[in-house]
Amino acid sequence: MFGKLSLAAIPYDQPITISAVGGAVLLGLVILGLITYYRKWTYLYKEWLTSLDHKKIGIMYIILALVMLLRGFSDAILMRSQQAMAAGGSPGFLTPGHFDQIFSAHGSIMIIFMAMPFLAGLINIVVPQQIGARDVAFPFMNSLSLWLTTAAALLVMVSLGVGEFSQAGWSGYAPLTELQYSPGTGVDYWIWAFQIAGIASTMTGINFLVTIMKMRAPGMKPMRMPLFIWTTFCTMVLVVWAFPVLTAALAMVTLDRYLGMHFFTNTLGGNMMMYANLFWTWGHPEVYIVILPAFGIFSEVVATFSGKRLFGYVSMVYATAAITILSFSVWVHHFFTMGASPNVNLFFGIATMLIAIPTGVKIFNWLFTMYRGRIRFTPPMYWTLGFIVTFAIGGAAGVLMAVPPADYVLHNSLFLIAHFHNVLIPGTLFGFFAGYYYWFPKATGFRLQENWGKRAFWCWAIGFYLAFIPLYVLGFMGMPRRMAHYATPAWHPYLLVAALGTAVIALGIVFLGIQLLVSIKERQALSDLTGDPWDGRTLEWMTSSPPAVYNFPKIPVVDEIDAFMDMKEKGVAYRRPDQYNDIEMPKNAPHGFIIGASAFVFGFAMIWYIWWLAILAALGMLFTVIARSFDDDTHYLIPAAEVERIENERYRQLAAVAKRHLADEQTIPEPVPEM
Amino acid sequence: MMTTDASTIGTAHNQEVELPDTVGIQTLGFWIYLMSDLIIFSTLFATFAVLGRNYAGGPTGKELFELPYLLVETLFLLFSSVTYGLAMLAVHDGKKKWVLIGLAVTFLLGLGFVSMEINEFHRMIAAGHGPDRSAFLSSFFTLVGTHGTHVTFGLIWMAVVIGQVAVKGLTSPVQSRLMRLSMFWHFLDIIWIGIFSIVYLMGVA
Amino acid sequence: MSQAPMDSSGVSRGSLKTYLTGFVLSLILTAIPFALVMSGTLPCSAALAAIFSAGIVQILVHLHYFLHLDTSSAARWNLLAMMFTLLILALFVGGTLWIMYNLNYRMM
Repeated sequence: MFGKLSLAAIPYDQPITISAVGGAVLLGLVILGLITYYRKWTYLYKEWLTSLDHKKIGIMYIILALVMLLRGFSDAILMRSQQAMAAGGSPGFLTPGHFDQIFSAHGSIMIIFMAMPFLAGLINIVVPQQIGARDVAFPFMNSLSLWLTTAAALLVMVSLGVGEFSQAGWSGYAPLTELQYSPGTGVDYWIWAFQIAGIASTMTGINFLVTIMKMRAPGMKPMRMPLFIWTTFCTMVLVVWAFPVLTAALAMVTLDRYLGMHFFTNTLGGNMMMYANLFWTWGHPEVYIVILPAFGIFSEVVATFSGKRLFGYVSMVYATAAITILSFSVWVHHFFTMGASPNVNLFFGIATMLIAIPTGVKIFNWLFTMYRGRIRFTPPMYWTLGFIVTFAIGGAAGVLMAVPPADYVLHNSLFLIAHFHNVLIPGTLFGFFAGYYYWFPKATGFRLQENWGKRAFWCWAIGFYLAFIPLYVLGFMGMPRRMAHYATPAWHPYLLVAALGTAVIALGIVFLGIQLLVSIKERQALSDLTGDPWDGRTLEWMTSSPPAVYNFPKIPVVDEIDAFMDMKEKGVAYRRPDQYNDIEMPKNAPHGFIIGASAFVFGFAMIWYIWWLAILAALGMLFTVIARSFDDDTHYLIPAAEVERIENERYRQLAAVAKRHLADEQTIPEPVPEM
Repeated sequence: MMTTDASTIGTAHNQEVELPDTVGIQTLGFWIYLMSDLIIFSTLFATFAVLGRNYAGGPTGKELFELPYLLVETLFLLFSSVTYGLAMLAVHDGKKKWVLIGLAVTFLLGLGFVSMEINEFHRMIAAGHGPDRSAFLSSFFTLVGTHGTHVTFGLIWMAVVIGQVAVKGLTSPVQSRLMRLSMFWHFLDIIWIGIFSIVYLMGVA
Repeated sequence: MSQAPMDSSGVSRGSLKTYLTGFVLSLILTAIPFALVMSGTLPCSAALAAIFSAGIVQILVHLHYFLHLDTSSAARWNLLAMMFTLLILALFVGGTLWIMYNLNYRMM
């Protein structure tokens, strides 16, 4: 009846785990209790859970990402503490099996459940506005992607308290992931979480590709698109063409485990190396999927806060395209040491080194944008400068490892760990933090507090160096990755420094939390009344903050790169239209949430072998999709009079700000656009 | 449409209501989904190419595959592509009755294909030549079975659409759905060409 | 063959002629490889080449006559997406075959 599930699945005997679970359950109950107490269930359902509005979907993605950042970071704290303690024969406080689950969860969460939702969230909020559109191409599928991703994240979270997580690393190599060597539920949690999230990501890829191809404002030719749109486009190309390989590879592991097939077993003809090949065919494009949006954010931030058009726009576009194409052709560098011949390794090694070139082009263009600009040192600019300096080190380390003989020494050592954290944290994470601060007022209507942002940056930057530079040294000293305990005393001091770095980063996270709380408390003082708090250059700054549900009352016509700055310079940015039209918008729909919930049940049932429940959940998903297809009443009309009312209110507010600006020249804290 | 004179910059050009190209957007989106599906199938083909000679002492394709049976299956699918095409012609001519007939015939032919395939799988598994016997058989069953699963979902979709045509008629959303199912159905026949060529014929030759 | 008829959104669509032409061509291109293999007339490598070629051509027939893929403006994005997919497939499948053949030779 309940498959393999029983009360024995709850880890009563593991104190750390059970207290974490207890804490999480308590927190969950508190949140549910608060929602009930303040009677917000209807509001939550109507305004958020069933919303097809890309701006709200984006906010929910970012909330998910930030929650999962905390979870993934707690894994990091545990690992660093363990390694700081477990020197010279001491076992530390984590058993090897537990430690293995932690590093597997850490990687899985940070890539799939922190970075992917974070970029999906920022892209959701910004892209339609930046291209002058009202929504994405497929608003319903957008909601579906969000809830499927959430369902998958929930599976990972549940694995802490019911059963266990995979011990096979985020990359899940065969034959360790085969049933014979991992008979528990851990690998199955990993499989279903990744599979469900992967399908959600593929749908997002299709959605934004079509949105960018088909829904740009008139006049926004490709070479007039903001860089963030170009990087999003290329990212979505990577998603659509790479994720299917992961889907197929995971399906094959699933078939091996559930139906006794022999794709990657070490008997009856299976080929374990084929798994590594397929996983990294997806895995390499995946890391470019998480970095390209960050590069796009840096381009926007650098141009805005230097007060200058981005330098070398055309070369930036070509560099992005080159990175995209090249990233499909380098995957063997993840397994140089698996035994291929020098010729194979050479081809992929050279291709890998080539990617450094367009990346370098981008860095130079960002520097040239800043040169002779009027730079404003806001937190996004801090994140950008921190990125440029720090990422360069990580990139250089990557070029070193691209040389196969060097990689034979460094593969799977802490040098590798240092390298990829050195590109992911200053690259992806700093970029997303910059985007978070930059676009926060657009999404919510008030800015984040600046000083806490700067303090958080310093903690992250200093903490990063403390936590990861020692790992480069340890890599050269021969320390492998994923070690629960070790006997070499010479490694210990470096691991202590790394643990200290983690503590400093933890402080940075605390400061980001404080920043959010303080900003909410002071939101009146920090409010963005014009929609353009930074004297922005691109179309998203033309809408109000937060925008009306339809974004633009009239779709703008674009004439130039940096379309909004162009309009401001010509004095037509806030021109009132002669008349307004009715606007059609998608209605809310519960189906995305229902399918997501069913997907969670399906995944959980498959993991625990509760076949009847899995079939029920699958049928539920199918029938919900069919029901949706019968619904012809999926849009509603906003009458022109209502649009006019909303816009008049906006102009009233803009006029009030302008009056205050004229009367109060010295004391305006934020730059206000010229009217 | 585009002028650079200051009076038009930033303002929308003359239009009553902005009509998005919904059908164009839906068909492009679906085409891109088909491209992603093509990558899945290619991964399965590549896996078959790598594992396809790993018989592990078990049966080979030559020993298992029956070409006349395969030919009938192939013709079922090919004919169904044509009957669907004829149904689409009826859609464009607004002839609801012929649409339903064309779809129904397509459905039956597709059902025939899937039934034959299930029968083939059943016989192989009953004889001990199931997907757990060897890597060759795992990759065979998965590649061919994934195609068959797609066809099955196509049949479910087709049944739903037949219902919608009968109940709602040839409305714009229904026509758009028929267009996308058409793309899906022809795509699956293309994948089948790859399968019967590479898996079956090359396996036997 | 005259230009394929277009519907209101400019998407190419078929006519009775295109579907029947495609059908007949597909039948022929199916019959040839089946006949070659079932009769065993050709030596192995020649048969493989024939099967492969017939398959490729039949796929092109399907793409053109059934899926209406051509160079018209409506189909241009589709054609571009297909070409890009073929590029990626060449990289992925070709790369996989090269890598796995190499690894199998050295490691298995």
